[in-house]
Amino acid sequence: MAQDSDTYGQIKKKKHLLAAALGDFFTGIYNVYRFIIRFFKEVFIPPYEFKEIIRQCYDVGCRSLALISLTGFITGIVFTKQSRPSLAEFGATSWLPSLIGIAIIRALAPLITALIAAGKVGSNIGAELGSMKVTEQIDAMEVSATNPFKFLVVSRVIATTVMMPILVLYTGLVGMLGSYLNIHHNEATSFTAFFKSAFINISFLDISASIFKAIAYGFTIGIAGCYQGYNATKGTEGVGKAANSAVVISMFLVFVEEMIIVQVANHLRT
Amino acid sequence: MCRWPTTCALDNNVMKENMPAANQGNIVISIHGLVKKFEAVSVLNGVDIDIYKGENVAVLGRSGTGKSVLIKIIAGLLAPDEGTVIVLGKEVSKLNVKELQEYRRKIGFSFQSSALYDSMTVRQNLEFPLVRNKRELNNKEVKEAVESVLESVGLPKTINQVPSELSGGQRKRIGIARTLILRPEIMLYDEPTAGLDPITSVEINNLINKVQKEYNTTSIIITHDLTCAKETGDKVAVLSDGKFIEQGNFDEVFKTNDKIVRDFYDYNFTSNK
Repeated sequence: MAQDSDTYGQIKKKKHLLAAALGDFFTGIYNVYRFIIRFFKEVFIPPYEFKEIIRQCYDVGCRSLALISLTGFITGIVFTKQSRPSLAEFGATSWLPSLIGIAIIRALAPLITALIAAGKVGSNIGAELGSMKVTEQIDAMEVSATNPFKFLVVSRVIATTVMMPILVLYTGLVGMLGSYLNIHHNEATSFTAFFKSAFINISFLDISASIFKAIAYGFTIGIAGCYQGYNATKGTEGVGKAANSAVVISMFLVFVEEMIIVQVANHLRT
Repeated sequence: MCRWPTTCALDNNVMKENMPAANQGNIVISIHGLVKKFEAVSVLNGVDIDIYKGENVAVLGRSGTGKSVLIKIIAGLLAPDEGTVIVLGKEVSKLNVKELQEYRRKIGFSFQSSALYDSMTVRQNLEFPLVRNKRELNNKEVKEAVESVLESVGLPKTINQVPSELSGGQRKRIGIARTLILRPEIMLYDEPTAGLDPITSVEINNLINKVQKEYNTTSIIITHDLTCAKETGDKVAVLSDGKFIEQGNFDEVFKTNDKIVRDFYDYNFTSNK
């Protein structure tokens, strides 16, 4: 009898925990929604923090440039190396530049850039704002009659959103360069012939879908980093948690967005 | 001395007698029945106080009694659960975003941790609120204002340093300078001498008094340092269990036989000797 009531108690406790977790989840979603709405309200209302936006754009670009160059270049080489044997089996190595072009422009460049930016920029934003939050610097901005949201959040989200398409184009070019060097080394293809062949099957829709993806990823990384940092609590532990959550949430959302945008782009293509 | 709220009207009259005639009856901060809870825990439980123009009020109390919560409510950083907080004739919790921003231009808040923007130099820290609140100022005027306020806190040479290069006392002074640059009517100091050596604490106390005289501010000084309260407070209020249990001038308050207040005094002064 006592055992039954214990089991019942445990089930009840688990139900409560589940309800609390669900409650937290939906509250979290609602808070993110409010955060995004606030961003769109503040972004159009003057005064504008132009200097800070430019500083953030420079930071976002510089912070990721070295890593993006390296990974983009290596991806180009590796993808070409891995694809060659399969195409060679059918005597279709001449299609290699075209395949590389499609793969890099449509999928690899936006995805690799977004994942690196999520790790590098997203965590940095989360940690920076989180640290400002727990050391009361955000409160200090608020009590000095300034708008911390505009200065910290709006400028960073604009910076990631604007810089991501530029970084994606850059990654694409570096990846293609890596691929060209590999192809040139094996087949002695000229630079012009490679790029002509690589872009022959790339449509306007491919490029615009990639740029749209980049904008969406940039916005997501900026919002996730800022939201986590801006709402950090519990001291240094909270800062670490904010940085970590910023990366995990950004990466997860990037993949979800990738899936949706690919579906829509394919639908438009057919 | 009064045991709030029953005899405080009388006590306020005593306070008023000691104040300049122009300030009498000129209440700048009026708090009544203030309650603040964090989940089930009630931190402030019916706080009542009136603060007159030009007055320095030291709020004493043990850690966790809600001293900082009180000034955060005054600054509009936290919302009260019950009661009224009327500052400069306006109820803080009812201000809209624009009004709150306007109100905050008249309030200076010195944080316990100084809360300096650590990615900016001292100059940028001081310029930050100024250029955003007084857009009509040109570069020369901003530069002059920054240099003048740094001069008044005695740290003109730190202008190009970053907060990590400053000592605790210097950080406090720069934090105060950053609030003074907007020429506030009310100053809220959160533990201004916490973590400082006795000599630096005396310097900060002197600075608080200097600010009161030079900028004609009304101040609330949150502290658990009795020396700070004695040196800076025209009036002392002791917070315990979410309420003010004693208010008056320093000597009057500590003549009491109330155990909490006596213990506070004894631990600060007697045990240090």
